[in-house]
Amino acid sequence: MPLNRAGAAAWLAAWAQKAEANVDYLTDLDRQIGDADHGANLKRGLAAVTALDPDGFAGPADYLKKTGLTLVSTVGGASGLLYGTFFLRVAAAWPSQEGDAAGLGAAFKAGLDDIQKRGKAVLGDKTMVDALVPAFAAYDAATAAGQGIGPALAQAAAACAAGRDATVPLIARKGRASYLGERSAGHLDPGAASATYLVEAAASTLP
Amino acid sequence: MKKLINDADAVVAESLVGFEAAMGGLIRVDHENKIVYRLDSPRLGKVGLVSGGGSGHEPLHSGFVGLGMLDAACVGEIFTSPVPGQVAAATAAVDGGAGVLHIVKNYTGDIMNFEMAAELAADSGSRVESVVVDDDVSVQDSLYTAGRRGVGLTVLLEKLVGAAAEAGADLDAVLALARRITASGRSMGLALTSCTTPAVGKPTFELGEDEMEVGIGIHGEPGRERRPLASAAEVAPLLCEPILADLDYRGSEVIAFVNGMGGTPLIELFVMYAETARFLEAAGVRIVRNLVGNYITSLDMAGCSITLLKADDELIRLWDAPVVTPGLRWGA
Repeated sequence: MPLNRAGAAAWLAAWAQKAEANVDYLTDLDRQIGDADHGANLKRGLAAVTALDPDGFAGPADYLKKTGLTLVSTVGGASGLLYGTFFLRVAAAWPSQEGDAAGLGAAFKAGLDDIQKRGKAVLGDKTMVDALVPAFAAYDAATAAGQGIGPALAQAAAACAAGRDATVPLIARKGRASYLGERSAGHLDPGAASATYLVEAAASTLP
Repeated sequence: MKKLINDADAVVAESLVGFEAAMGGLIRVDHENKIVYRLDSPRLGKVGLVSGGGSGHEPLHSGFVGLGMLDAACVGEIFTSPVPGQVAAATAAVDGGAGVLHIVKNYTGDIMNFEMAAELAADSGSRVESVVVDDDVSVQDSLYTAGRRGVGLTVLLEKLVGAAAEAGADLDAVLALARRITASGRSMGLALTSCTTPAVGKPTFELGEDEMEVGIGIHGEPGRERRPLASAAEVAPLLCEPILADLDYRGSEVIAFVNGMGGTPLIELFVMYAETARFLEAAGVRIVRNLVGNYITSLDMAGCSITLLKADDELIRLWDAPVVTPGLRWGA
């Protein structure tokens, strides 16, 4: 899909579909080291996002901005605010040229920066940041080597999943799992799991 | 799962309908935004007090809206913080010209959503200050982590700060009082069972018949450590000792709060209060006021928490001041 409203809508629909299909899995991850609401919260927010009509917006930036506001106002908790913040910044930096691989990477990076600014999580805290940092770093490395959006996103998705899986042995330092201390080790972080669906959805729709 | 509900996704909204019908003389509910307001808010010239958080902790926070406590409570989904637009709307609605204090429990989601709400409210001209409650000594504090959870002290703080605001204290004074309370109150909790959220339908963690979970919060999340089930006489020191180790209460007067997690009957909470009072007396801590009951709960979790707050003449006067809310009423 191109980087227009239809492409953005396909990305969000694919993310919603993955989250919906795995709602019990996400909740179960959160049940083990959190408070068992991540699946249900994300499902509610993404249902509100996919109910938006992309044709009702002037362009992809307006549509993605509304997506961010919708996530902030419907998901609740930390994840709603963080994903919402991501889309608000991605919207503001969304490339206007089709096929602008570097521009898309800059938009992702701007969104990730705001997630870290708001959530104050760094690599290794056992949060969504552990999946998203390697994902967008892999994307940038691919585009810097001259690759297009498709292969760059494929590498981002693989790096994202690897970052997600690497959260298992970590002791959480941010978010609700941090209250468990050492008992948080041995569990996969639910936020890293839902973030990986976001990047995998981009890889399957935006190229 | 056995619950008196209709639809797991509608529990919060349907409960607010019943809450307003039952408590309509004290509060009103903005159902669209899920905000509970004091009936006569905004009060001109009075500092507005806004709190809120996930549902499932009732009577906190909606039950503490009214004379001498909160002006508004923002109601989130079960165990999920309210959202920025909701908190900003409540802030604007209760600002009687003297500014607004946000009372926030220290959870990542609550902090971030209230922070963004404060930015939105400041943009529209309200003066907003925030106090973060982080009293749970079972969580090790560190600059590099999310820090301690806000638990039982929240109830005492909302009562005391509410009394000060009602008596006409300005925003700076109310904020200073709130910070003094967070600096001198500590809590510790324990669970005999986990809880079951309506959306999940099974307990958040498994606990054997002969086990208890020590160092739990208020979201049915696992605690720091699992131990063999013990008697009330053994549990009281297990909860009080870490509190006294964290802050020296020896020789102090305190407000002591024995809180039920929702699934423990009052008869057991009073057994716990007797053991707590006995332990504290032996430790040289003098209880001058107390609160016993289910006030900050975790759905149907069985268990309790103990909160100690250093008391002085000012805090005792504020504690005794009139309060008329769905959850706490005295003196009026």
